[in-house]
Amino acid sequence: MKRTVNLTLNGISHQVTVHPMGRLLDVLRHEFGLTGTKEGCGEGECGSCSVLLDGELVNSCLIPIAQVEGSRVITIEGLAAKALHPIQNAFLQCGGAQCGICTPGMIVATANLLGHTASPTLEQIREGLNGNLCRCTGYTRIFDAIRSAAQSMTDRDREELTVLMEKKP
Amino acid sequence: MNQRVVGTSVPRREGAAKVAGQAKYVDDLVFPDMLFGATVRSKIPRGKILGVQFPEDIPWNDFIIVTAMDIPGKNVVSLILDDQPCLAADFVNHPEEPILLLAHHDRYLLASAVSAISIQYEPLPSIHSIEESESQEQVIWGTDNIFKTYTVNKGNLEDVWKEAAWIVEGEYTTGAQEQLYIENNGVIAQYQEPEGCTVWGSMQCPFYVQKALMTLLGLPEDKVRVVQTETGGAFGGKEEYPSMIAGHAALLARKANKPVKIVYDRMEDMAATTKRHPSRTRHRTAVSKEGKLLGGEIEFVIDGGAYATLSSVVLSRGTIHAAGPYLWPNIRIHAKAVATNTPPHGAFRGFGAPQSIFALECHMDHIARTIGISPDEFRRRNLLRQGDTTSTQQEIREPIDMQHLLDRALKHSDYQRKINRFALHNRQSSKKKGIGMAAFMHGAGFTGSGERYLNSLVGLESTKEGDIRILVSSTEFGQGTNTILCQIAAEEFGLEYDDVQIAPIDTAIVPNSGPTVASRTAMIVGKLIQSASLELRQKLINTGLLEAEYDRRKLRDACKTYIERFGELKSYSRYEAPPNIFWDDINYCGEAYPAFGWAIYVAEVTVDTTTYSVTVDDFVALQEVGKVLHPVLAAGQIEGGVAQGIGFALYEKVLWSKGRMLNSQMTNYIIPTSQDIPPIRVYFEEIPSPHGPYGAKGIGELPMDGPAPAIVNAIINATGQEVRSIPLLPEDILVSLVRHQPTDAMESCA
Repeated sequence: MKRTVNLTLNGISHQVTVHPMGRLLDVLRHEFGLTGTKEGCGEGECGSCSVLLDGELVNSCLIPIAQVEGSRVITIEGLAAKALHPIQNAFLQCGGAQCGICTPGMIVATANLLGHTASPTLEQIREGLNGNLCRCTGYTRIFDAIRSAAQSMTDRDREELTVLMEKKP
Repeated sequence: MNQRVVGTSVPRREGAAKVAGQAKYVDDLVFPDMLFGATVRSKIPRGKILGVQFPEDIPWNDFIIVTAMDIPGKNVVSLILDDQPCLAADFVNHPEEPILLLAHHDRYLLASAVSAISIQYEPLPSIHSIEESESQEQVIWGTDNIFKTYTVNKGNLEDVWKEAAWIVEGEYTTGAQEQLYIENNGVIAQYQEPEGCTVWGSMQCPFYVQKALMTLLGLPEDKVRVVQTETGGAFGGKEEYPSMIAGHAALLARKANKPVKIVYDRMEDMAATTKRHPSRTRHRTAVSKEGKLLGGEIEFVIDGGAYATLSSVVLSRGTIHAAGPYLWPNIRIHAKAVATNTPPHGAFRGFGAPQSIFALECHMDHIARTIGISPDEFRRRNLLRQGDTTSTQQEIREPIDMQHLLDRALKHSDYQRKINRFALHNRQSSKKKGIGMAAFMHGAGFTGSGERYLNSLVGLESTKEGDIRILVSSTEFGQGTNTILCQIAAEEFGLEYDDVQIAPIDTAIVPNSGPTVASRTAMIVGKLIQSASLELRQKLINTGLLEAEYDRRKLRDACKTYIERFGELKSYSRYEAPPNIFWDDINYCGEAYPAFGWAIYVAEVTVDTTTYSVTVDDFVALQEVGKVLHPVLAAGQIEGGVAQGIGFALYEKVLWSKGRMLNSQMTNYIIPTSQDIPPIRVYFEEIPSPHGPYGAKGIGELPMDGPAPAIVNAIINATGQEVRSIPLLPEDILVSLVRHQPTDAMESCA
C-alpha cells in the first residue's frame, strides 16, 4: 500500500507516493534519480549511502521513507549547486577519492563533521568518519582532504554548513 | 631531464565527477523496459542435481527463467581451462554455484521468487581444506585434485644440508581474504538480433568478458560489445568474475529480448564471488655459521576452490616470489594449486605473492631468532645485489641497492632504539610493544612470457579540436589509470594535461591493450603510449604539417589540419618484448619480470595481553618503484595497499562451513576503519627503469605483500611467542599466548 510522503530534498519541497517501508536510499535513487547516494552494504555498516536528515548524519539504507515525512534531506547533490564545494574540491586535490564509490558518503560525513567542529583534530576526524568505510585509500588522504577543507572554507561556507546542520524544530 | 606533467600531482581525471556524486556506476544506469536478474544458487557443496521445483503460488509465467539448456554456445566461463560452467546443469561442485537465472521487472518480487525455488540434490562427499584435497580420498577435479604444479630449481641442494650450521624449518598459513570493493559486482546486458550482445558493467578486463561471452553465446567478435562503467573498486575481484555475471545477464537478456540488470547485494557478492587463495607454505632452510643462506626447499600450496579459473597464474606469481629478494645459491620450490569444494578463489592484489612472501618473511625472522642474529642483520647478509640472480636465475640488472633501502627504513622507523626501548617497556606493562619488518619485491607486468602472448595494442588519435585521445582497454577502478596515461601522453606531446582525453572503455572503440592487472598498466601500457605518440607525431611531420621543433599551439593546429585534409589521425603501437628478456616455461627459469618494485616495510604494534587486541601504531613503507608518475596517486596506492595488508593480518577472517562463507556481511567480516589505521609514512626511492615510461615501474600490488609479515614479526617481537598463521584476530592471539604459557612457566622455573 503506497503512501504520500512530504519532504524537502536539497532545499526543494517534494511529494512522493511510495511504499512507506521503502528505504530512503531507494526513494532517492529510483524516484528522484539522485544516484550520488550509493549502496555498499544495505545494513548500515559502510556509510556509502550517508545523507543528512534534519541535520543528522544517517545511513539512508536504514531509514524507512515514512520516517522522513516533513523532514529535510541533503544529499551529495545538494551540497554544492554549481561549482564544487570546498570539501569536494579538497577531496579532489588531496587524493581523497580513488574509486569514488564511498566518496559521496565520505563527503557528506565530512560536511557533518565540519558543520559541528570547524577545525577537527586527527582524532576527531577519525571518529567523524568511523561510520564510513573506504577500501582504496587507507583513509590517509581522506584525513588530509578534511584538514585541507577545514582550512580553505570561508566564513560563508561555514554558515552554509551550519544551516544544513539545523535540527528539526 | 625534468618533466612538466609527469611527476606532478594533477587532479584525478574523473575525480570531479566522483566527488560531485555525478560519476555513473552500473547500478546508477536505468534502461527503458529493463528487467532485473537474479541467480538461484547451490545450497550444498557437492552433488547431483535431481530436480527443480517451482511452487505454485508464484506467477512463474511473468518471469524469464534461464537454465543451462538455454545456452546457445558452450556452457563455460571461458578463461584458461574452460572447466567452470556458467550454469550448473546436473552437478554442483561448490556452495553458491549458479544453477538457474530469473528475471522480472519487479526487483522485490524477484528476491522472494529466488528463495521459493527448491532444488533436490543427491549429495556427495565434499572436501574443504588443502589437506583433504591432498589426501585424494575424494577426487573432485581431474585425476588428482591438482590444478597446476611448478618446480623451480637453482643449484643443487644435496650438499647444503651437510654443510649447514643450522637447518631451520617452519610452516606458515594464510586465510582467504575478500576484496571487498565497496561497489558490488554488477552488469546490464542487452541482446538484439542482428546486432548481438552488449554488456555494460563494473570490471577490470573488458576483453576477457568479450571472449567469455563469444564462447557462451556462440557469437563472433563483432557481435559482442563490452563497455566498462565507472568501477567502484576491484583489487582483482573484478578480473574474472565479471565474465560470469555478464554471461548470466546476457542469457536472460537474450531470452527476455529486453535489457537485464544484475547487481549483487553485499551478501551475494561476498558469498559467491572470488577471494584470495588460502595458502600453506613449508620452509626448510640451510644456513651457514656466518648467517648466510646456503639453500632452501619451499613447498607452496594454494587452495583454488572448485574450478581452475586463474589459480595456475596466481600460483605462478606466488611461486616466483616465494624466495623473495634474497640470494639463494641453491633453492628448490615445489608449488601446487589444489581443488576443494569451495567457490573458486581468484585474483586479489598481489596474486599469490602476499601468501608466499608472508611465509618467507616470517621464516626469515624465525631463522634470525634461531641462529641468534637480529632480523635486520640476517636480512642484510642475504639481500640480493645488482648482478646476483633470483631463484629463477634472473640476473638483477637494475641498479637496486637493498642495503641502502634497509638502512633508510631502519632510520625512518627508529628501529634500533625502539627494539631496545620496547624490551624495557614490555617487562612492566601488559600492553606489549613490538616492531617488525619485511623485505620484499614484486614483479611488474605479466609473468614470464605473458606479455608476449598478450601482444597488447595501444592507440592514439586526434579529435577535430586538436586534443589527443587515448585508445586503450586499460580500465580505471580507483588506481589512477586515466590520470597517469593522460599525463604520459601530455608529456610526450608537449601538451597540457587537459589537452589529453581518454576514450570510453568500449570494445567497439578501443584496441586490446591487455587486462588491467599485474601492476602492468603504468609500465607496459604507458610505454606503448610513448611509442604511439612518436608514431603520431611522425605522421604529422611526414605530411609537412609539423616541424621537428614545435609548441603546443602548432601541434594542435597540425592535428586539426590533418583531420580536415585526410579524415582521421590515428596511430597504434604494439608490444615488443625487450631483446634480453627470455623466459623458459618448461624449466620455469629466466627473466620472470622486466622489472621489480623493491621495498622494506616496518610495522610497530601494541599487543594488549588483557584484551588480546593488536593495534598498529606506526608504519614505514619505503619502496623503489622507478619514476613516480604522480606523487599523490602513488602514495595513495601504497597507503591503500598497507591498509588492506593490515586487514589481511589482523581483521579479515572468512568463516567457512562446508565451503560456504558464514560471515558474508560487513557486520561480521571486518575491514580496517578510519580508527584502525596508523600513520602510514610512505617513502619512495626513484631509480628510473628502462622498461617503463619516464622510468616508471609497477606499483599497485607491491604494498599488499609486506604489511602482514611485518606486523606478525612485530607481534612476535612484542610477545615473544611464535605465530605462523594469519589472520590474527584477538581470539587467535589469545590461543597463541595461552598455548605458550605453560612452556614459559617451565622455562622460568628452570
